[in-house]
Amino acid sequence: MPDPAPRGSPRARLERRARALAAIRSFFEAQGSLEVETPLLLRAPAPERHIVALAVPGAGFLAASPELQMKRLVADGAGPIHQITRSFRGGERGRTHLPEFTIVEWYLPGATYREAMDQTEALVRWVAERLATPGSPPRFDPGLPFERCRIPELFERLAGWRPGADAEDERFAFDLVDKIEPALPRDRGVLVYDYPASQASLARLCPSDPAYAERFELYLGGLEVANGFTELADEAEQRARFERERAAIAAQGRPLYPLDERFLAALPRLGLCAGVALGFDRLLLALTGGDDIGEVTTFRWEEV
Amino acid sequence: MYDTSDIRKNLKIVIDGQPWVVVDFQFVKPGKGTAFTRTRIKNLITGAVLEKTFRSGEKLEPAEVEQLSAQYMYHEGDQYWFMDNTSYEQFAVSAAQIGDQARFLTENLVVNITMFRGQPVGIELPTFIEAQVTRCEPGVRGDTATGGTKPATISSGALIQVPFHINEGDWVKVDTRDGRYVERINRR
Repeated sequence: MPDPAPRGSPRARLERRARALAAIRSFFEAQGSLEVETPLLLRAPAPERHIVALAVPGAGFLAASPELQMKRLVADGAGPIHQITRSFRGGERGRTHLPEFTIVEWYLPGATYREAMDQTEALVRWVAERLATPGSPPRFDPGLPFERCRIPELFERLAGWRPGADAEDERFAFDLVDKIEPALPRDRGVLVYDYPASQASLARLCPSDPAYAERFELYLGGLEVANGFTELADEAEQRARFERERAAIAAQGRPLYPLDERFLAALPRLGLCAGVALGFDRLLLALTGGDDIGEVTTFRWEEV
Repeated sequence: MYDTSDIRKNLKIVIDGQPWVVVDFQFVKPGKGTAFTRTRIKNLITGAVLEKTFRSGEKLEPAEVEQLSAQYMYHEGDQYWFMDNTSYEQFAVSAAQIGDQARFLTENLVVNITMFRGQPVGIELPTFIEAQVTRCEPGVRGDTATGGTKPATISSGALIQVPFHINEGDWVKVDTRDGRYVERINRR
């Protein structure tokens, strides 16, 4: 019988984390990617209307993601890079949300989101093979090929409408959470891609159909685990998107962060590049079959 | 009014005029999207369970649900008549709301009734009732050691399984959760 205590022994939990971290490092090493470190303390976090960067009085903000700094490294010729680091997001706490979590983020110069999707699938399988734990079957079967679904067709089929370029933010998110996510296959990984332009975030628009952005998300056992883009490398377009996000943040009554001018200045040198951010704790959760993020972290948030 | 930050298990809310209780809930937020609370809720009248997602900050109407103690009197067609033990007021509950618990309603039985907006929406039986056996085959001598049972009808109408030594006219204690015979009781 599997251990009835959901978290297992502390030692077993620590070993699982350590094995998964080692597996991720060995995967990227085999791919010729360079491990990097970027600051956790930022002066100018990316403005995102639904992500709150935590302010550190007198010092700046805790990173909600290492994205802008890693893109600057790629723009300056670092080549393929990856990082395993911490990210902090205000107001996020739930069974699958933590205000502090471990993020795996990587960049593939010269690639699009297509190759990034393939690589994400390969990474998950690589880690799953090295993590197999008796008594805690994963939430999904990592041996099955991942299913790939375009967002507009998924919405048409499951929510009864086709989100276009200007899909309204809240309606899109509501139906995603209420109609799409619960209906996605749970027995295998699912990659959903081609988000409406209004949901592009920092992804470039599809060159063949600018109503959609080259953005994807990975779901494992119904859990959103990774987000990837063909990166937007157009400085003017990026500045316009940042301004829209800043306007939305101001409308919520939240304080504005300074704009990261160094990042914007580096963008024209980024060129074609894909990037992926993966929630490490959620990957572990999906691979060990739990349903509360506290089962895989070193300490539960409440115990910190 | 509640809002979504008040959501917790057992919170009772009104949706489209119906009372619901929160069975389970979860904070959900797409990586780049706004936050929601996904809930599993149970209808207090029909027992139906469904999943419902609320937008953060959405207002929820509290369901004023109260329990009262009442005595069962009699039934007429599909109306079951009770008397409120405090106000002595009489009121009917429909067969649909009582469901198959009706087979354990004995005269003068005291039950808990759930009221929503002054209307009864469900009843809760005591765990055990005492009832008289109104019909069963006579006991078979010498067969008690095998622990065998036979069907018996009790005064509330339920058909239950009783040991062979139980006879018509005996009083028995019955578990209303599963209709199980518990013991014979002495009663004048």
